[in-house]
Amino acid sequence: MIKARITVTLKNGVLDPQGKAIEGALGSLGFSGVGAVRQGKVFDLELDRTDRAQAEADLKAMCDKLLANTVIENYSIAVV
Amino acid sequence: MKSAVVLLPGLNRDRDMIAALTKISGKPPITVWQTDTEIPDVDLIVVPGGFSYGDYLRCGAIAARKPVMRAVAEKAARGVMVIGVCNGFQILLEAGLLPGALMRNQSLKFVCREVKLQVANANTAFTRNYAPGQIIRCPVAHHDGNYFADPETLARVEGDGRVVFRYAEGTNPNGSMNDIAGIMNEKGNVLGLMPHPEDLIEAAHGGTDGRPLFESALGIQSQAA
Repeated sequence: MIKARITVTLKNGVLDPQGKAIEGALGSLGFSGVGAVRQGKVFDLELDRTDRAQAEADLKAMCDKLLANTVIENYSIAVV
Repeated sequence: MKSAVVLLPGLNRDRDMIAALTKISGKPPITVWQTDTEIPDVDLIVVPGGFSYGDYLRCGAIAARKPVMRAVAEKAARGVMVIGVCNGFQILLEAGLLPGALMRNQSLKFVCREVKLQVANANTAFTRNYAPGQIIRCPVAHHDGNYFADPETLARVEGDGRVVFRYAEGTNPNGSMNDIAGIMNEKGNVLGLMPHPEDLIEAAHGGTDGRPLFESALGIQSQAA
């Protein structure tokens, strides 16, 4: 069994209105000097595999085909 | 002319779309379910609006990967006309049939109101019954209509005249780039738009501004307004 965490974030240059709203809310809570807040997604999953290289190839395919929209998002894969 | 409407769990504008197509084409459209792998011979396929799969992951992301959308892509490749409205537009983008992405509205609010649209290109199979530059009324109802494309893609879409509709008169409800409300593919047979033209097709709706779009796509000459 291989466990993995996939992190999906917005690409640079893509506006993130939700991140902006969160940044504003942090400011209104009194956290000063907070900037460049970006919201993303985390997927934790388990793979019934023993071959780590195969698992990583599968995870990459999952990101490209579904988990990330590569028009606007980047992803990173961590096998844990 | 024959039409088909794609049905997916969570869509809720399918009945309005079926009613509009029935009214305009004179016969009810065929309906195809998400698991269907083949679509009968039709001239126009419509992916209606709603909240397919509860907008989980990203709007339209799950729906775009269902078997029926592969069938839609095959039909589109063979030149069949395809229209995606609202969630249908999001699904066409996620399926890769149109370029770019639709992001959360800049205001972060769901917008449900009437906007003005400019017919940015009246020389398309979807808009030939409109006058160039014509301003029409159209309702919108969405949370993720903020069109985004990288600079090269945007320049290509603009340069090719593939922006079909723009929000006009300061009514952009979502912050979309260049006020884009609807775009088409390179071949000019796939259109996606956020507003709901199916909701303005008869006098009882308070207007018929959306009717020429479907009449154009179905090859019907519009009555002069």
